[in-house]
Amino acid sequence: MKFITEFRRSELAEGLIAQIHRRSQTPVRFMEFCGGHTVTIFKYGIRQVLPETIEMVSGPGCPVCVTANADLDKAIALSKIPDVIITTFGDMLKVPGSRSSLQKVKADGADVHTVYSTMDALKIAGMNPTKSVVFLGIGFETTAPTIAASILQAREKRVKNYYVLSLHKLCPPVIRAILDSGEVKLQGLICPGHVSAIIGSHPWEFIAQDYGIPCVVSGFEPLDILRCVDMLVAQIENGESKVEIAYRRGVRPEGNQQALKLMEQIFEPCPAQWRGIGEVPSSGLKLRKEYQHFDAELAFDIDPGPTYEPEGCICGDILRGVKTPADCRLFGKACTPQYPVGPCMVSSEGSCSAYYLYGEGIGG
Amino acid sequence: MCLAIPALIKRIEDKEAEVEIGGITRRISLWLTPEAKVGDYVLLHTGYAINILDQEEAEETLKLLQEVAEAAEEKG
Ligand code: SF4
Repeated sequence: MKFITEFRRSELAEGLIAQIHRRSQTPVRFMEFCGGHTVTIFKYGIRQVLPETIEMVSGPGCPVCVTANADLDKAIALSKIPDVIITTFGDMLKVPGSRSSLQKVKADGADVHTVYSTMDALKIAGMNPTKSVVFLGIGFETTAPTIAASILQAREKRVKNYYVLSLHKLCPPVIRAILDSGEVKLQGLICPGHVSAIIGSHPWEFIAQDYGIPCVVSGFEPLDILRCVDMLVAQIENGESKVEIAYRRGVRPEGNQQALKLMEQIFEPCPAQWRGIGEVPSSGLKLRKEYQHFDAELAFDIDPGPTYEPEGCICGDILRGVKTPADCRLFGKACTPQYPVGPCMVSSEGSCSAYYLYGEGIGG
Repeated sequence: MCLAIPALIKRIEDKEAEVEIGGITRRISLWLTPEAKVGDYVLLHTGYAINILDQEEAEETLKLLQEVAEAAEEKG
């Protein structure tokens, strides 16, 4: 068992596809919340093999894409403060803020490092004791515990020059916001697999119970997605709405208790700004009082200036599942992965990038 | 960005482990999965094991998918 190739076997996919075709009678719209799922769906052409009764829409599950421009501007402003080293995951570099991007300020001399892990950021802090190292805390519940762990390690090792700009976002509250807006009607939700590896499946219960929408947690291989769709269809045709896990090898109903404990120890929920969605209550994480000396927002005087949205870009509508990249007049013309206008084209998990790379014959 | 890949634990030292991913060796942190053992597959995300993969559940899922495939063929 290698946990990868086994879940890509085409003969098993064919069986699932046949079963989905046989079972699905009712026209439905399913949303895959997570950008990682969007990539699998496009890469393996899953939309094309599903029956006409099933429409798939992509949701806001890309942390890079949902980071508000005002927050990007903050990160860029931080990078211009003398003796500050910015450390960040690579995906953030090219995302355009109001006037610049981290890549541009880096080209102009700002000290910006791409890291694979917060452990690398801590190392950089250790090697540069006279400078302040700020980690850009971008990510969902999957990533937040790793950043919590880095703060605890910094405390243990008495690292005094490590800071976090906490722009973390929580998934269940934003799904509630999207459902409450009523803009997009859903009959099923493909819940994010690695967010659920941390939080478990229970936090999705309200969607099944209060909104009557079937929820299935999925993994990231093509067979995982097909199995998830099949389970959603079964619930629909049986008139049920409950939370199920199609990714049992990676997700337990109770989640990862140790990770949750660390997250809870370091962070507390706060309101957060989401691109295209606006402020969502209790959907962000800020450092608890006891750990505030690690908070970059409090440690530095940040002046991000006024915020502007990229002209003509409809990322916000795409993130809410209201529009698709095909509706954007810049798609494939003024906006390509090489010259991205908005974050959904920059991020490898953004809808615009998935459409562009694996497209369905649109645009251009 | 929530990408996580299976990695096989080869050695454990305190809260860190040496893992193998497709023939490549890496050092990772076990802060989030202190109960992980040598021989376990973990889900690796940005240098941290975020969960231990469950072999039995994986086999169970594959068995079920095999049955679906066989049933589909019969109905074919
Ligand atoms: S194609 Fe480019 S400009 Fe249009 S919505 Fe996507 S990222 Fe924005």
